[in-house]
Amino acid sequence: MRKYIILGLLLGILLGLTIWMTSLGSVGIFKMAPPMKVLSATVRHLQIVEAAELLAITIGIPIGFLSTRRACRFISPVLIGTANVGQTVPTLAFIGIAGAVLGMGYKAAVIALLVYAMLPIIRNTYAGIRSVDPALKAAVKEAARGMGMSMLQVTAKVEMRLAMPIILAGIRTSMVVNVGTAAIAGMIGSGGLGELIVTGIAVRVTQLILQGAAPTAALAIILDALIGGVETWVTPRGLKALKSAQWQQ
Amino acid sequence: MIKLKYVIKIYPDGTEAVKDFSLEIKKGELCIFLGPSGCGKTTSMKMINRLIPMTSGKIYIDGVDVMKLNPNELRRGIGYAIQNIGLFPHLTVEENITTVPMLKKWPKTRQRARAEELLKLVGMDPQTFLERYPSELSGGQQQRVGVARCLGADPPILLMDEPFGAIDPITRGKLQDEFLKIQSKIKKTIAFVTHDINEAIKMGDKIALMQEGKLVQFNDPATLLNSPKNEFVRNFVGADRVLKGLRLYRARDIMQEPPLKVKVGDNPVKVRDRMKRDMLKWSMLVDGQNHFLGWITYADLEKAKSLREIMVPPAVTTAPETLLNEAMSMMFNSAIGNLAVIDDQEHLLGVLTFDIIRNILGKENSGNQKRFGGSKQ
Amino acid sequence: MAVNLHAVLELPGLINKENIIEAQLMWILAWNYLLKYPDKILEWTLQHLYIILVANASAAVLGILIGIFISREGREQLADTVIYLASIMLTIPSLALYGILMGILSALTLPSIGFLPVVIALTLYGLLPIVRNTYTAIREVDPAIIEAGRGMGMSEQQILVKVKLPLAVPVIMAGLRQAIVMNIGIAAIGSYIGAGGLGQPIFRGIANYRVDLIIVGAVFVSLLAIIMDLIMGRVELITTPKGLRIRGRSND
Ligand SMILES: Nc1ncnc2c1ncn2[C@@H]1O[C@H](COP(=O)(O)OP(=O)(O)OP(=O)(O)O)[C@@H](O)[C@H]1O
Ligand SMILES: [Mg+2]
Repeated sequence: MRKYIILGLLLGILLGLTIWMTSLGSVGIFKMAPPMKVLSATVRHLQIVEAAELLAITIGIPIGFLSTRRACRFISPVLIGTANVGQTVPTLAFIGIAGAVLGMGYKAAVIALLVYAMLPIIRNTYAGIRSVDPALKAAVKEAARGMGMSMLQVTAKVEMRLAMPIILAGIRTSMVVNVGTAAIAGMIGSGGLGELIVTGIAVRVTQLILQGAAPTAALAIILDALIGGVETWVTPRGLKALKSAQWQQ
Repeated sequence: MIKLKYVIKIYPDGTEAVKDFSLEIKKGELCIFLGPSGCGKTTSMKMINRLIPMTSGKIYIDGVDVMKLNPNELRRGIGYAIQNIGLFPHLTVEENITTVPMLKKWPKTRQRARAEELLKLVGMDPQTFLERYPSELSGGQQQRVGVARCLGADPPILLMDEPFGAIDPITRGKLQDEFLKIQSKIKKTIAFVTHDINEAIKMGDKIALMQEGKLVQFNDPATLLNSPKNEFVRNFVGADRVLKGLRLYRARDIMQEPPLKVKVGDNPVKVRDRMKRDMLKWSMLVDGQNHFLGWITYADLEKAKSLREIMVPPAVTTAPETLLNEAMSMMFNSAIGNLAVIDDQEHLLGVLTFDIIRNILGKENSGNQKRFGGSKQ
Repeated sequence: MAVNLHAVLELPGLINKENIIEAQLMWILAWNYLLKYPDKILEWTLQHLYIILVANASAAVLGILIGIFISREGREQLADTVIYLASIMLTIPSLALYGILMGILSALTLPSIGFLPVVIALTLYGLLPIVRNTYTAIREVDPAIIEAGRGMGMSEQQILVKVKLPLAVPVIMAGLRQAIVMNIGIAAIGSYIGAGGLGQPIFRGIANYRVDLIIVGAVFVSLLAIIMDLIMGRVELITTPKGLRIRGRSND
């Protein structure tokens, strides 16, 4: 309850700030972004995040899943190690190098976000599936096969379902990081809310900065809360402890 | 030494954990707080060193009201050992043992000497163990260090809450023996919590039996066993009272002649008639040299051609030196529920039956405190 | 979820020969820069380290104090709220937080660019892992151990200093490690509002299309993060009380 109040209050402040700043119209010689511009920047921001996130999920989960298979025993330490080290690499470094290699703009932004977003997903998928109790897995699998499911169906249905909370935690992390990284990507010309902030900083007009910063923060908080909700929803009660342990790392 | 007067504890949630509890522990006495789980033993004990504040009543130590003392000073003067041992995992054995001396700011050399002395007292080699960490000790060793720690600053009083609880029965027995030996030397005044009546009888000079927060009976072990005040006490000590009584006898003391001894070659029909006449359900089969072979039951005799073919071989037999409590547990493994007593050449000496044991117990219940008292220590 | 797949479909045209040749050239340029201006790189690195040091030291002090404060019995609700707030704080994108802080600081007529807003932001970001780890570690000390201490006459303060904190150290250090590694990345973005550090060459490179600068900055900031992670891993191990390390080993 208390959490919802805090959340509501914070979002209220951030969105109020956005509206207030937008309604200023202009500060000195500088024009504030018109409402439609703020809206389209938000949509653009979401587009970047969503494109990168979707790709990261479609690539990351299979990679994470495959690296738990016995056949991949030899590559998986390298893979997971890389994902771990990759997460230590600052986002700005990813953005910078993507911009340098691929040229500044939307594509470089999506690629950088994609690579970065994939890391927690790979890592958590791997950890999630590995954390499924082998005895439980064996028992459930046998029962499932008894009902006539194929091996692949069994794996998909059972292991993924049991690992889902942890995978979702990974998606949540990557999504939140993505919102921030997408803002930075505004500097390499990808558009989005980052562009508003960057413009504001360039001309050092606080109101302009806030006009971009407030909705960016709100967006991150909303997305985090949404996935957080889904996460609680799909987490079987008995697995709650496991999930929090995962967050500890 | 320790006096509790009309002590009451009501927890904030309304649980009446201790009700009107009065008792006195004399100097040098080991007093057991005994009772089923949740009866308020721990609560009563912890009120003595004020780990739990009492709701009303008075507790005196050497005539001084504990509420008038600084709680930390009070606790430093009382040794404290708990069930989960609670050794500090980040400190060495030495640092653990000298916790209270350290709090009391003893000089370093004196602390070291004290740690060595105490380790020796609990039967551990100081050279080997002083520098070790708790994680490098076995469970039994940890318990010993726990005991050593509560003796750290040589407090006249010890509070021990199931100090040998978290350990296997065999090691526990050994630790109990050792602790009794130590206690006979150091003569501390001890409040000792347990829910194990065996431990209580073995260790206690006095036993305070509690039920739902009330003190039901406060006596020495023998009196508690022999004159239980009410049904609750009888039930609580009951099963164990039997064992305790049994422990005073050996099989040879009470075994009887078999009611009917039959030989391998005897005619089944004659044996059957004989058993019918004497109204026997079973008889015992021996060979020509009186070697015990097995049991014959009346019901099997009807269609029998020979005794050997219907004989039930004994699952267990016992030697004449066996203690009666052990013999009784063997009986449960015996096909007939009776136990043959044989010597080491397997000659049949006698038989133990439940009836015989019941008779003995009947005698025990009607008195003879000396025997109980004498069996301790 | 399928709304923006068109954005994904734009991607395949992305890698062409031209790009690849250019890419090789970039690394050569970056290498040249490294040979030519090592002093520059050193300066940025030191600036970066300085910011990290100040911010994480404050985050550590504040975070541990807050963690201790909220770990007292009876403060569970407060603890919940504090940790929730800190975790929300962590979801706010750095660029947005910088922006918001610039707004607040200029309203207070304090310097709104450079060192100050960045250090404040990093401190705030660093708080969550440190507060949360301090809190959990203290709360998870075996109650039997605490009771043993209390029963032997330790004051609450002695229990905290002699028992709870030493046992919590490894977990607190893990939090600090997380905070430091995370903050190295966020500090890089702080260069954009004039705090200096290794983000500076990256931003300058982006602005002037100087690819060598971008790569030098990116590589060094990544190296810094990875190295600090390794160092903090060692520190974590070293600061773990010996008695706990032994247990950890025997459990493996
Ligand atoms: N902090 C507390 N708050 C409320 N009730 C409590 C508290 N501690 C103990 N109780 C209750 O008080 C009663 C006595 O508890 P106590 O711990 O003294 O029992 P005990 O005799 O030591 O039992 P055990 O053998 O299980 O240790 C129990 O009913 C218990 O549930
Ligand atoms: Mg108890």
